[in-house]
This record gives sequence, C-alpha cells and structure tokens, in this order.
Amino acid sequence: MSSTTGPAATTRPATALPDPVLRASGLTKTYRLRPSLATRLARRDDGRTSLRALDGVDLELRQGEILALVGESGSGKSTLAKILVGGTTPTSGDLDHRGEALPVRRDKDASRRIQMVFQDPYSSLNPRLSVGAMLRELLLLHQVVPRAEVRAESVRLLNLVGLEEDALDAYPSQFSGGQRQRLAIARALAVRPDVLIADEPVSALDVSVQATILDLFARLQRELGLSILFVAHNLAVVQHLSQRVAVMYLGRIVEVAETAELFANPRHPYTRALVDSIPRMRAGSVNEEFVLDGEPPSPFDVPAGCRFHPRCPYAVERCRTEDPALAAVGAGHDSACLRAAELPPFQAPPDPAASIDRVDVREELQDETTDPAEVRGPAEPRHPEEHPSPGDPGTPGARSTDA
Amino acid sequence: MSAPTAVLAARRQTRRAARSRSLRPWYRSGTLVAGLVIVGLLVLVAVLAPVIAPFDPVKQDLLNALQPPSGTHLLGTDKYGRDVLSRLIWGARVDLRVGFLAVLIPFVVGTVVGGVAGYAGGWLDTVLMRVVDVFFAFPFYVMVIVLVFVFGSGELSIYLAIAAVSWVSYAKIVRGEVLVAKEQDYVVAARLGGMSHARILVRHIGPNVLSQAIIYGMSDIVMDIMAIVTLGYLGLGIAPPTAEWGSMINDGQEFITTQWQQATVPGLVVVLTSLGLSWLGDGVSDLLSPERRK
Amino acid sequence: MVAPLLSVSALTLGVRRRGRPDTVIVEDLSIDIAPGERFGVVGESGSGKSLTLRAVAGLLPAGVEVLSGGITYDGKDLLGLPAAARRRLMGPEIAMIFQEPMTALNPVVRVGDQIAEGPRRHLGLSKGDAAQLAVEMMARTGIPDPARRARAYPHELSGGLRQRIMIAMAVSCGPRLLLCDEPTTALDVTVQHQVLKVLEALCADGGTALAFVTHDLAVVNQTCTDMAVMYAGHIVESGSVRDVLGDPRHPYTKGLLDSAPDFDQPDRRLVPIPGFPPNLAARPSGCPFAPRCSFAVDACTAAVPARELVAPGHTAACRESDRIFEGALA
Repeated sequence: MSSTTGPAATTRPATALPDPVLRASGLTKTYRLRPSLATRLARRDDGRTSLRALDGVDLELRQGEILALVGESGSGKSTLAKILVGGTTPTSGDLDHRGEALPVRRDKDASRRIQMVFQDPYSSLNPRLSVGAMLRELLLLHQVVPRAEVRAESVRLLNLVGLEEDALDAYPSQFSGGQRQRLAIARALAVRPDVLIADEPVSALDVSVQATILDLFARLQRELGLSILFVAHNLAVVQHLSQRVAVMYLGRIVEVAETAELFANPRHPYTRALVDSIPRMRAGSVNEEFVLDGEPPSPFDVPAGCRFHPRCPYAVERCRTEDPALAAVGAGHDSACLRAAELPPFQAPPDPAASIDRVDVREELQDETTDPAEVRGPAEPRHPEEHPSPGDPGTPGARSTDA
Repeated sequence: MSAPTAVLAARRQTRRAARSRSLRPWYRSGTLVAGLVIVGLLVLVAVLAPVIAPFDPVKQDLLNALQPPSGTHLLGTDKYGRDVLSRLIWGARVDLRVGFLAVLIPFVVGTVVGGVAGYAGGWLDTVLMRVVDVFFAFPFYVMVIVLVFVFGSGELSIYLAIAAVSWVSYAKIVRGEVLVAKEQDYVVAARLGGMSHARILVRHIGPNVLSQAIIYGMSDIVMDIMAIVTLGYLGLGIAPPTAEWGSMINDGQEFITTQWQQATVPGLVVVLTSLGLSWLGDGVSDLLSPERRK
Repeated sequence: MVAPLLSVSALTLGVRRRGRPDTVIVEDLSIDIAPGERFGVVGESGSGKSLTLRAVAGLLPAGVEVLSGGITYDGKDLLGLPAAARRRLMGPEIAMIFQEPMTALNPVVRVGDQIAEGPRRHLGLSKGDAAQLAVEMMARTGIPDPARRARAYPHELSGGLRQRIMIAMAVSCGPRLLLCDEPTTALDVTVQHQVLKVLEALCADGGTALAFVTHDLAVVNQTCTDMAVMYAGHIVESGSVRDVLGDPRHPYTKGLLDSAPDFDQPDRRLVPIPGFPPNLAARPSGCPFAPRCSFAVDACTAAVPARELVAPGHTAACRESDRIFEGALA
C-alpha cells in the first residue's frame, strides 16, 4: 500500500516537510462476531464472522491543516476517528504522532495531545457536572495551570469559544445545542492538545448555528495552530472549511486531495457520485447528472476486487479482481481507482447562474425513473465506456446470496 | 438598531440565555410536596414520641385492659392495658427506623456490585450477574422468614435477612444504568481526558446512575416496612413488648369484632406511610430525572 | 386560478394552560397548496414547521391544540370533520412520511404487508391484489428485487430502503397530498439524492401535491417549486423557490442563506445569525425576528408585521423589506 507521500513529493516545495502531526499506516479494525447459538442453528448467520470496519487505511494529518474525512454509512470514518483519538485499538497498523509511535494504550500524557469533539451535543457533556467543575477537573488532572489560576484559565477557555464567565456555574441542560458544542470544544482545548478530531460536530445543529461553530474551528486553526481532522457528511461544509479532503468507502480511503482540486476534478467514481449528489442551494441550480445506483454497502460483505466496482459506471473486468491501492494521480492528489487516468473530465453540474426551467426537469425525470424496468439503472447521461453489468444484478454490497 | 448595537444586544442575549433556562422549582411538584408532608409528619411524630405520647407504651395495666376509646385513651387499650395511641406513636420510631436502615446495606452493596459488573463487562459481569440471578430466584418473603429463623429474632437479624435478599435489585438496576452511561459520549470524553476508571465510575458515571437506585430505594423502604410489619405480625419480628405496628396488628386481630381499632388503625397508618413514601419517591424521581438527564 | 387543494388559514397552534395565557407555538399561519404543487416549508428547530404538518395530518402531540384558524382540504373543513371521517381521508387522500423510518415502520410486520395494508383497507383490494400492488410500488420507488424484499422485516433493510418503503406505503393508495416531515435528513447524501428523485418522479407521475418540511435550503431548491420560510411559528417569507432563494426579501431568509455553506460558492464567508432561537414561553412582542435582526427599528417591536406582497406571488413579513432590499442584494 503506497504512502500518501509517494512520487508526488517531488512537486512539493523544496523545504523539508516536518513529520505530519498524525500519520496512520495500514490501519485495520476487524470486529469478531459470534452470532448466538440460535442464529447459528437456524443457519441464518450467512457465515458472517467478522466485520472489517477498516481495511488498510493510510492517512496523514499535517500541521495546522483542517483535513476533512468524508464517507457514508459503512465507510468506517467514525471507527477511524475513534482509533486516532485512542478510543479504540486497531487490529493492526501503526499510528505516529509527530514521528513517534503512539502506543496502543495511551497514558494520561499521550491522550491529552489528541482530543475529540463529538457529534451529539446532548450526550457529550456530563449532565451532573457544572461547566466550571468539568473544566477544573481537567485542568487539575493534567496540571495545565497552577491551582490558583484554574478559574482564570477556565474563563479564558470560555472566552476562546465565545462564551462568558457566568457559564461556569451553569449546568449543560441550561444551554442550547450550539452552546453545548462550544462547551465541548472548550473542554477539548482545556488540556492543550495539538490535534482535534471532530466527529460530525455540526450535524446536530441548526443551519444558522452551524456557521458559528465552523467559524470557531477556523479561528482555532488560525489562532492556535491546531490541526483538525473533521469528519463530516455535509460536503458543502467540507468544502467551506477544510484544506484537504479524504474520501472513504467501505473501510478504505479512496481519494485524497486538496479541497478545491477534489471537488473540481474528482478522480474516483465514488467521489464523483458524491459530488453529483450534493443538493444545490442557488436558485435554478439543479444537479441531474448521475444517480448512484444501489445502497451504501455493508461492511459485512466487501466485494472482491475493487470494493466499489458493483456500483461503478466505469467498472471493467479488471476491477472485479484487482483491489486498487491509493496511488498518486496528480500533485497531492491520490486515488484508489485502476482507471483513474482514463476517467473522462468531470462535468460539473450546470452553471448555477443559468436558469433552468422547472418544467423541463420534471419531464426528464418522468422519462428516466418512472419506468419500473429502468429503475435500477443510473440516470441517462452516463458515460458509455465499456461497462459490463456488475456480476450480481441484485443490490450490491448488501447481503448477496450469490458468492 | 444599527448593526453593532444589534450584535451587542445579541451578545447580551447570549449571556443571559445561559441562565434563562432555570430548573423547575421542587415545590411545584404536587406529589413531592404531599410525600414530604406525610413522611415529614411521621418522622416528626417518631422523633417527638417521648413528648407527645400520653402513656408509656410498654407499661402494663391489666386492670384497664381492653378499654374502648375514651377521653384518656383515644384509641383505647390493648389486652395488656397499654395505651394503643402511645404504642402507635412509639411504633413509628421502630418501623421507620428499621425501614430506612434496612435499605442502606442493600443499596450500598447492590450499587457497588452492579456498578462494577456493568462497567467492567466481560467475565466479571457474567459471574456477578449469575450470582444475582441465583439470589433473584428465591421469593423475598420466604427467604426473609427463613433467614430470620436462622439468625434468630431481633432487629439485627431483620437487617441481615433483608439485606441478604434485596441487594440484587439494586445490582440489576445500577448495572443497567451503567451499561447505558458507559456508552455516553461524556464518559468516552472522560477517558480521552486521561481519567482513570475509578475516577470515571465515581465522579462521572456514579451521579448519573445513582438517581435510579435512590428512586428504587424509596419504594424499597416501603417494601421493607411491609416486611417488618409482616414479620411482626407473624411473631418473628421485633421482640415484644416493644411497640411495633406489625405486632400491634397481630395483637389486635383477635379483637377485630369488639375493639376493631386496635388492629385497623395501625394498619391504616402503615398504608399512609407507604403512600407518603411512594409519593416522595415519585417526586424525587421527577426531580432527579428529566431536567437533569439531558 | 385553480382552487387550492390544501388551504391552511390563520392557523394558531399551542398549549392551553389553566389560569394562564396559552403558550402559542404557531401563530396565524396561512398556506395554500395547489393540486400537484411541490411546496417546501423551511425552518430551523423550534420554528413550528413539523407541528404545522402534523396539524394537517391530525397528528398533533398530546397537549398541543388548534387554538384558532382552519384547515381546508379539497373544500372540506378538516378540523370540523369527525375523527372517523378524517381517518378515512388519511391514506387515500392525504399521506405522510416521517424522518425516522425505523420508528415509523412496524418492526414485527413484513414490509410488503405494511405497504399492502393501506390499499386493502381503503381501496378494498383483496389480499393477493394488494400484495401485488405493494411489490409494484416498491419497484416504482427503485427497490431492487422487490418481490423478495417485500418479505423482509424493517430491521433487515438499510435506512435508504426503509425510507423508500415508507414512500411506497404513502403513495400506495394514490394520495393527492403527500406530507413529508424531513424525510431525507437522516440519510446519506447519495441515498438522499436517490430518494428525492423518487419522490419527485412519483409526484409528477401521480399529480400528487407535496408539502415538504425541511431545514435544508438546498433540498428545497432541488425538490420544490414553491416555499415558505418559518421562524418562531410565523411564516416570514413565501413565494416560488426561485424568488425566495434567489431574491430573498426577509432578513431571516437572507440570514439563513448567508450562514449556510453553499457548494457553489466555496469562498463566500459564512455570516452566522447573531443571538438565539426564540424562547416560546417568553415571546417578544412585535416581529419575532427583531431581537436578532440587524435592520430592526423601533417600529419592529411594536406589532407583528403582516405578510405583504413584495413582488408578484412573493410575500414577506417585514416592514422594512423595501428599505433593506432596495436595489441590489446586500
């Protein structure tokens, strides 16, 4: 498995790169399952004994950057986040922090360097601890500041996230979702980490509140030099906030690139499908190009060969047998697709400024998707390269009854 | 409002909002207040027994036995001439005290066992829970009566017997709560913050799971009072001549047709106590759960 | 002008309290949906959008009542209908899909049977016919291998499939109005895309009107033709999707657009809306958005502004709308 700093390194500036803040090599995470006796007797377990949540992940988080980790359900992005932060141990693979290996079980000091912000603001704060008590506990445990300065430091942390001193005596239940996320960020920052892993931190928040938290992350990156790994599924947020994006599919990273480059020129069919699926907000802007077929796959049944091939409109025979590695396809741009170089140029959705009449769209849709026989195929403007029908016409990636 | 003014106003709103969501005051809860009043009165009566009881509860006065209610003896006298009202008042001391104390050890033991089992998981959890299952299999009263026989009558053996049997409920409840709490993000965050397991169990998980145990404990006090009363009624409880509601019911039952108040009034008082404790438990549960849970 | 299929007029929802003033959640709300129209209702949490939908469906939670106003469907007064008559409408005329398919589907009944239940009861189909219809509906929503899938239980299916089952259930009786309460919020983005396409196609096919509640402006842009923006229980702006999103005339709408990341404008700075969502128990007098509005003047706190026409077919409830949005967009 090639590292992400492969041949592309030659095109980077001459100054020697410091070690990335976080580097993951070959991470895997397999969950062993033991179905109950009843299930085994009824032979309904389909021979599932293990779930490969992560199947060989190489990733680098560079100093001072915001790297977005994008993927759908079953991609393994949450598992990867948990491993990076030390909440779960990987089945195999290495993790380095600034060049030094991170032990599998982290001690108090190692654990404070990498902190996490969780998705659900309602369960990430202990309802019985006041804000002040929560911060004080951490500050004292790690001896961040002398005891006499704990309160001052707590206030500083609160101000850093945009809250006032009177929050110290309040309990989490007295705050709104957005404020709670800010408290969660303050808590993470209390121990002075250099890496923040944010697991979908704005997904549970209202749109207008999301902006304040996103702003906060950008500010923390600027002012504190934090390196942030931002797990997200909202690609508009990702595009806005991150410098680089890594796309995950079924336990692997399938593409990594700088943000603008990834969205303008995606070099993996899955990324293309993702970009095509994003609903647009501009009046008149509608994306109709490509509807991805099938369901996000289950990590129980990873397809042989390229794991995306059953849903891929560009798949060829080779894709069914060869499992592509993440390889450089451009400066700082890696993709795990055998045909990355052969993909046609990406057609961005129509210019948002052009007006599209709603009526036309409706007629197009009627032709495409209302005919039951056609319902499984993707929408019409599909590049007609040699695309053999994927082996199993049933829903790929799910419980396939054929081998 | 100019833009800067608006922003300032919004900031003010932000600051104020941190306090705007205050928690609903406890005195708003009808059940809690009712429970507190009843239990409070009973406790008061028990505490003030030496002062308010008109007669000595154990002193016999055979010449005055089985008097109907009158000016001097508001509830009459029992077969040994003892004033029923005084015995009732002094009995409160016994029943309430034993009820509260009998809950203490099961609470502590059960919580610790359940907490450790739930948090540790794995084989420890399995082993402990199988032990719990064994204890659960025995019917409460049967076990208690058997154990009291074994330990002999008296207050201490009541505590031992009840404790031996009822700790399992706490273990199950607390284990269930811990299993849930363990997965909450704030516990994960505490681990990531470098806190030891012990610290997490005590400081983080503990306060969040204890409320359920406390609520159960309230209803357990009721159960234990019933157990003591039953034991007393069966003659296995607190040794006579100590006044105790259960033994009063026992003593009074043969006179149910003539001096019915001897058995009935203590019975009603037991019911009232249970009601008060139940309401108190409900009120406390409301107080401890919804607002704080979020 | 076609008579509206659904007409909500001056609807006020809230909680009645003994001895204290009612807590109003939705106030004086009016929406008209024409037959076949796809109408989006956009708002954040606490705006009252879901509750409005539930009022139409007759599914208000315990304690919340219609305090005043009316809901008319196809000329019939829904609120005045006896419960049984209203139930007869739900299914063949009005159907609803919810955000969380797992809780909306019965976990112990096979999905095919759940879809077939409606047609059997409302359309009087036989068991065999209804089962066949169920499979057809599943195919139309893009479920592969529908005959086999019909025998599955909800927990055996993924979120996207379950949502499609719910859509199949909803359209199985050919309703004229489909109420959708954030149907794609819980779905992955590619699945959301598929499901929205399915919805659009089915509605276009059957001439079904859509009332689509969501917090996602981009989804409304994709799916709906007309829309209303809600804030604190009021409609603050309404009109065609193109007008409202392209030429917003209310500070809240503008604020929403400015604060949400737009995929087509990656470099635009996000401007959050200052302040907080309103506390329903302590509503300010006057315009509900005034405390957070950077354009508010004293008159704004005096009385709730009425919805006024700012352009043909485009209303905004803002007294200062013309002054704020005069000329080019800010």
